[in-house]
Amino acid sequence: MKKKQVTQNIAFWIFRIFSFTVVGILFWILGFIISKGIQVINWDFLTQPPTDGMTGGGIFPAIMGTLYLTIGSIIVAFPIGVLSGIYINEYAANNWFVKLIRIMTTNLSSVPSIVFGLFGMALFVNTLGFGDSIIAGSLTLGLLTLPVVIRVTEEALHAIDDSFRTASYALGATKLQTIRKVILPMALPNIMTGLILSIGRVSGETAPILFTAVAYFLPKLPSSIFDQVMALPYHLYVISTSGTDLAASRPIAYGTALVLIVIILIINIIATLLRNYFGKKVKTNF
Amino acid sequence: MYINPMKNGLKKFTEAITEKILLFSSGITTLTVILIVIFLFKEGMGLFSSPDIEEGYVLAVNQENPINQLTPEESMEVFDSKITSWKELGGKEEDILVFRLSDVTNYADETSLGDEFQFLPHVLDSIITVNPGIIAFIPQQYIDSTFTGKILNNGHITAESFFDGKYWYPTASPSPLFGLLPLISGTLWISLFAILIALPFGLAVAIYMAELANQRTRKIIKPIIELLAGIPSVVYGFFGLVVLVPLVQKVFNLPVGESGLVGSIILAIMALPTIITVAEDAIRTTPRSMREASLALGANHWQTIYKVVLPYSMSGITAAAVLGIGRAIGETMAVLMVSGNAAIIPSSLLEPMRTIPATIAAELGEAPVGGIHYKALFLLGCILFILTLIISISVELINTRKKA
Repeated sequence: MKKKQVTQNIAFWIFRIFSFTVVGILFWILGFIISKGIQVINWDFLTQPPTDGMTGGGIFPAIMGTLYLTIGSIIVAFPIGVLSGIYINEYAANNWFVKLIRIMTTNLSSVPSIVFGLFGMALFVNTLGFGDSIIAGSLTLGLLTLPVVIRVTEEALHAIDDSFRTASYALGATKLQTIRKVILPMALPNIMTGLILSIGRVSGETAPILFTAVAYFLPKLPSSIFDQVMALPYHLYVISTSGTDLAASRPIAYGTALVLIVIILIINIIATLLRNYFGKKVKTNF
Repeated sequence: MYINPMKNGLKKFTEAITEKILLFSSGITTLTVILIVIFLFKEGMGLFSSPDIEEGYVLAVNQENPINQLTPEESMEVFDSKITSWKELGGKEEDILVFRLSDVTNYADETSLGDEFQFLPHVLDSIITVNPGIIAFIPQQYIDSTFTGKILNNGHITAESFFDGKYWYPTASPSPLFGLLPLISGTLWISLFAILIALPFGLAVAIYMAELANQRTRKIIKPIIELLAGIPSVVYGFFGLVVLVPLVQKVFNLPVGESGLVGSIILAIMALPTIITVAEDAIRTTPRSMREASLALGANHWQTIYKVVLPYSMSGITAAAVLGIGRAIGETMAVLMVSGNAAIIPSSLLEPMRTIPATIAAELGEAPVGGIHYKALFLLGCILFILTLIISISVELINTRKKA
């Protein structure tokens, strides 16, 4: 009897220690980058272009580039993804076509990001002739995010009880009216949370834009969607792996990493707050 | 009640149109997958019909030389001076004289080449005729109709030389070598070891979250795991580069810290959120009645977890591990930054290694579009696509078996 208890205690303590190790690793990474990066970040760092061969100045063009690419991919992925999610959950019968779509969506979500990069290069950059540009990068990133957006929408819609649908039909509403006036407003908080998290994912992606959008250094901001851009993740990759003057470029790398982390932190906090806020609201309403 | 027929018709029309738009949107993922397959394989398969010598060049030997053909490996060893006699290649007892176009000034002065190198073909021809042991790597355009030497037949890059090739020298001249083995072994070593590290941790956290933690702790840990999943891979790579690489170098006393081990550790951290989420979901699906039955029989909580919950959720945990491997195999930037990128078949985890995604990311920028190197990198993309497809299908199979 006692031995049993001892084994349990040991096992449970191992689980606790492992869990806190994982939490510790996250805080180690965050703490390290925040403590090193905070010394670099100031107003000039955020608003000036790089100078002296990437060893001085700021990262403004990279911040803007990431912003453009993220917005571009949102424009590509969100409408298509949300509409697909609605179709799959609300309209689709359980036939072979829907099964095919489901399988393809799962497969697409498992395709590595570098393969998206290859694909984007072959299709958008070379075949369609966009060249390395915001539009090629946005389309590539958008397709990469599409499965996530579809899944988020589908899950949010799936969580809504069928009684709301039948109640709406009983009042004489059509399918489209039901979706627009009843289902979507209810699912919106969950969809929004998922979409916001996917924005975080997109803004940190490097491999897909490596050959479709980014440039090592551009003194000016892009003037059209067919221009190349700098991007934060690529900037971090380049200045931390190449360059001869590591002592001078390291601080900039720390600063860039911190900016990336802060973007992700803000996005995650917004998502969590949104979920908690609407989670409570939904509970009190129904 | 009066229903305006016009309005009703419009309504029906809108409904129908909307459904068509939605249907079209949901077809886009399928279309994308098809396009990915088409573009990847179209470019990648082009490798196998490419000549195995640099485009626009030929290998020429003396007329008397009995050798008709060299494999890419052989020509690489010849030009690296690892093979120095024709005898080793099955020819005559004769020393090999390696000749590249830039060597021409050792044999002829500028006047004999002509002002615009118009006599170059003639000069090359005479050099090859005079030296019986010569092997010349020269552009095809300088071979004219009066050429008296022998041009070696070049072969094509074969599937065998790709899948069974031990060397990845994409820019070697005269014959670039595209061997998959070093890259696939690097990929598998790093990914499998990453899962070996990540699985115990992931499983422990999943059990802790599903079985032990109270509501409040869970509410703290859940966003932390989400955050861990949200951190961009370049940031992980950067962290690995500045923290783990020096650490591993010091602990194991290595000449360079960039190694498969650091890659595995970083990948393990990156695969954790996937493993934790999937495994936790699996553990939670264990029916309450099964737990209660176990507890009622006098088993304590740990025995119930160990003997009832874990066996019940084993397929879900397997799915978690397989998904984690999938993540690890496809991960690019972090691995590229920390694992050293040496394209050799590794013999220990402490050596620098190179994975398939890292190779694509590192080399595609320098490969001329449409060239042989470009095609080889697309073929690597195909391999990667197939690997992850297999993984995605196995997860699907594991999940359906669970339901049945």
